[in-house]
Amino acid sequence: MNWSQLFTSTIGKKIVMSVTGLFLITFLVVHVGVNGCIFKDAIDSSDNGDMFNRAAQFMARNVVIRIMEYVLFAGFFIHIIQGLVVEFENRGKRKRGYEVNLGNRGSKWYSRSMGLLGTILLLFLLLHWWHFWIPSRFTHAGIEEPVLLSNGFIGHDMFSLMKATFSEWWIVIVYVLGCISLAWHLMHGFQSAFRTLGLHNKKYLNMVNALGIGFSIIVPLIFALMPLSFKLGWIG
Amino acid sequence: MTPLGGTGGFMEHKNINVKLKVWKQKNSQTAGRFETYEAKNISTEMSFLEMFDVLNEELISDGKEPITFDHDCREGICGTCSMYINGRPHGPWHATTTCQLHMRAFNDGETIVVEPWRANAFPVIKDLMVDRTAFERIIQAGGFISVNTGNAVDANAIPVDKDKADASFAAAACIGCGACVAACKNSSAMLFVSAKVTHLALLPQGEPERRTRALNMVAQMDKEGFGGCTNTGACEAVCPKEISIDNIARLNKEYLAAGLLSEK
Amino acid sequence: MLDAKIPQEVPLDNKWTYYKGHCKLVNPANKRRLEVIVVGTGLAGASAAAALGELGYQVKAFCFQDSPRRAHSIAAQGGINAAKNYQNDGDSVFRLFYDTIKGGDYRAREANVHRLAEVSTNIIDQCVAQGVPFAREYGGLLSNRSFGGTQVQRTFYAAGQTGQQLLIGAYQAMERQVALGNVKMYSRHEMLDVVMIDGKARGIICRNLVTGKLERFFGHAVLLCTGGYGNVFYLSTNAMGCNVTAIWKAHKKGAWFGNPCFTQIHPTCIPVTGDHQSKLTLMSESLRNDGRIWVPKKQGDNRKPNEIPEEERDYYLERRYPAFGNLVPRDVASRAAKERCDAGYGVGTSKQAVYLDYADAIKRYGKIEAGKQAMENADEATIILLGKEVVKEKYGNLFDMYEKITGENPYEVPMRIYPAVHYTMGGLWVDYELMTTVPGLYCLGEANFSDHGANRLGASALMQGLADGYFVIPYTMGNYMSAEIRTKAISTDHPAFEETEKAVADRINQLMNIKGKQTVESFHKRLGKIMWNKCGMARNAEGLKQAISEIQQLKKDFWSDLRIPGEINEMNPELDKAGRVADFIELGELMCMDALQRNESCGGHFREESQTPEGEADRKDDEFAYVSSWEFKGENQWELHKEELKFEVAKPSKRSYK
Repeated sequence: MNWSQLFTSTIGKKIVMSVTGLFLITFLVVHVGVNGCIFKDAIDSSDNGDMFNRAAQFMARNVVIRIMEYVLFAGFFIHIIQGLVVEFENRGKRKRGYEVNLGNRGSKWYSRSMGLLGTILLLFLLLHWWHFWIPSRFTHAGIEEPVLLSNGFIGHDMFSLMKATFSEWWIVIVYVLGCISLAWHLMHGFQSAFRTLGLHNKKYLNMVNALGIGFSIIVPLIFALMPLSFKLGWIG
Repeated sequence: MTPLGGTGGFMEHKNINVKLKVWKQKNSQTAGRFETYEAKNISTEMSFLEMFDVLNEELISDGKEPITFDHDCREGICGTCSMYINGRPHGPWHATTTCQLHMRAFNDGETIVVEPWRANAFPVIKDLMVDRTAFERIIQAGGFISVNTGNAVDANAIPVDKDKADASFAAAACIGCGACVAACKNSSAMLFVSAKVTHLALLPQGEPERRTRALNMVAQMDKEGFGGCTNTGACEAVCPKEISIDNIARLNKEYLAAGLLSEK
Repeated sequence: MLDAKIPQEVPLDNKWTYYKGHCKLVNPANKRRLEVIVVGTGLAGASAAAALGELGYQVKAFCFQDSPRRAHSIAAQGGINAAKNYQNDGDSVFRLFYDTIKGGDYRAREANVHRLAEVSTNIIDQCVAQGVPFAREYGGLLSNRSFGGTQVQRTFYAAGQTGQQLLIGAYQAMERQVALGNVKMYSRHEMLDVVMIDGKARGIICRNLVTGKLERFFGHAVLLCTGGYGNVFYLSTNAMGCNVTAIWKAHKKGAWFGNPCFTQIHPTCIPVTGDHQSKLTLMSESLRNDGRIWVPKKQGDNRKPNEIPEEERDYYLERRYPAFGNLVPRDVASRAAKERCDAGYGVGTSKQAVYLDYADAIKRYGKIEAGKQAMENADEATIILLGKEVVKEKYGNLFDMYEKITGENPYEVPMRIYPAVHYTMGGLWVDYELMTTVPGLYCLGEANFSDHGANRLGASALMQGLADGYFVIPYTMGNYMSAEIRTKAISTDHPAFEETEKAVADRINQLMNIKGKQTVESFHKRLGKIMWNKCGMARNAEGLKQAISEIQQLKKDFWSDLRIPGEINEMNPELDKAGRVADFIELGELMCMDALQRNESCGGHFREESQTPEGEADRKDDEFAYVSSWEFKGENQWELHKEELKFEVAKPSKRSYK
């Protein structure tokens, strides 16, 4: 195998999908960890998002994180493009379809719908960037007012931006739907990534399956709780 | 589904009528269409293919074209039969080939839709018969152990771990029917290829060619126009020989290891 | 007249070694210029194509299936014998030789059988090297079982799929040669004639089954490895496509046919359910190890099997053959079942079946299991439950298959079984080198007559196919090919090719133009009924004579009232089948003639006129210790030639299982 086969052979392409997928999963861990800081406010109403803003400010000033951001973008880019390529190539392998389909008798609907779920996530991602990433890095719209953090640094008040953004029901609903898509995408993607990388031992596969289901439920659930919590006034 | 849903010992035999909606196509160059037929007075003791035999006899006697389909051993081992019945390769019974499927699986008055395997890599030859020679070329690419006749050492000279021998055998049970391709939404042949790679990779005799085998067989599979695997599991669910999808994970491992360790 | 070319210089156990040391060789550069045609790619054909390709011959291989891996060798369940003596239980080449000769009821050639036993050990080595996943013990070494009532454990196996695994091994070896360019594979091609030039086989005419076009192929030699002709009975355990056409065409071109009437009827098959039946399914012989065979003691008893009390059951094999009981050889078990059914004791709706009962085995295993688990007062239900688990472990796949086909649960009710045609020991006559009476035309595997005499032992068919292909033909072919090195490849424009192709085309046209009313299938069924009733498990002179005249009538009807739909130049399975059935009809006549002239009972051939007062087979060595070899002389005409069988080492004795 030469390196180009990573992008030309069927298994190579899938290896790329799984490596980038697993990388994005680690990103989700960091993301949920940082954003989870908003819940400090639910326990301690005097926090006012300080813990979260400190975490956000740390992420913004840490050079390793800044570099990783580019890697992350590359990861997203490759995962999305390769995903679309895989989806369309595979669809082209059966020019004439069946009159009656196998459907759920052979596989789970979400396993067959990774392309669709991925596309929904891509659209969600664009909206999400527009809501948060572009303001925080470029326009500073909605966060013009700097905030003094309890550790002495000065940062953007991302907490207030979230609060403002999630004041509208349609946005909350879109975010919850995005999280549901993410859950189903992970439900297949998590264990599939390990299979693609060659994990074939039943013992470990069972472990990864269980871990994958747990991860696919818990992480998107925490994400979904964020807009809901703001809207329902549990925090903020 | 099992043939006998808890009926104890015996199963009542009866005669039923079924409607058939069957794909008809003159040859690979012409477009096909569905035709409907009525199979009357079919004993539930008949196999699915015997029902087709009876129907064909009637068609011929009436001066009509019979339906062409692939079949040979009719005992579930040769892998020739290949019908996609009511949306499932080899029909509704679990771990059963079309030839072993019996008419008691169907109800009186039921409409049964029968289609050929559909995949670009399996072009239709006629009606329900498809060309599966792509599988031959995949085997030619490396699905063997290079040992000339007469070169062998004594059969017991190399002991083989029993568990590995058993796993190798379980993979080698593949009959090459192509149901996995037919069921896969991507028309992928990964279950077929992985069964062969696993069969040979688990045996010490297959070790010397282990890496090139995985690389070459996958390259040929891609060249034949099969899709990639997205681990949906449809192949495993319909495989008449219950070949495990874990073989695909093993193939991935073999491929990755071969790729990373090769010097080219 | 008939020279088997057996090396006479040395005693039996040295003949093959001597032959190998003295046969002619072809140098590698010459091999590259010599072309070999292999028809049929089952165990014999695929192994021959692979071995000859490895030697450097230019091989063309043909099969009618869509892939060589589908050949019916794949369906063999039990195993393959080899005189390895891995179990230290006293096996040897001599014992395997002796068992095979005796099992064949002294109607096989000693030298061939001894060679078979000798190379049996190489086969196992070769197959293991190819990656055939034989069953193994925990120590990693090969496992053996005893099969078909032999006293030693010499059968190697891969669960119940030994044939499949061996065929895939040979198939892969052949595909490797395809990849290397030494073998060219033509699938969905059916051989329809042999092309003869100057008295030698020089090629074949094939029909491309996809396009319907006739194609010509040249070869310095032609190997026929096309399997058995059990489908002459319509219902058999053979695959639907198994046919006699290739060897029949060769027969009509001058290859003599050896022992055509020798047919093996396997005792444990699933019975016929009705007129729609298209084939019969074999249940492995191993089921007789634990199952008990019985019929009711009362004629026409319509009660369900479980309602018939123990004392009203007739375990007829145990009664007639107390020494071997349910494990008597295939021919004996089959005839005994037929005897009971004919006498009106048969069971099931058709009354053409006997019970194979596992109730005792389930209880026996259940008790052992309860003992193992230290359950001292286990009740009946627990014992049965435990017993079923054990039986499931040992025979689960066979029980599942039975349930799928019959819709009956064999754990609850006894299985119904009946004998079915399984294997044909007869085939083209070949000499020690596997060459037929046509120079340059060889015949391997089940298609030839050579190794099994009048009855084949279990687990020996796979052994013969691979022996012929891997280890015999690569040597014996040299003797002929060494004289062919100056023969340039003959163009397929040669008039002989043209004429043969025209004859084939004419026959196809003739078939298509009958435009009658009856289907191919209906003729085949009629033929099958004649053969089964009059040339089946028991034969008599009167019946055989009737059968011959009935078959001649059938032939007339066939050629005047056959209907084939579709066209010639397209995929047309009905046309393919028509050609095969036409040949089966002619073969049927010859089988009856052969059975008629052999007025003795031996192996699978039972002449009612030749039996002991107790109804056992009576073999007549002083009159019939020969191979009957038939020369085709024109429509309905054959001439019988006899190859005398000399038994120098294995002296004939009576088979007794009492």
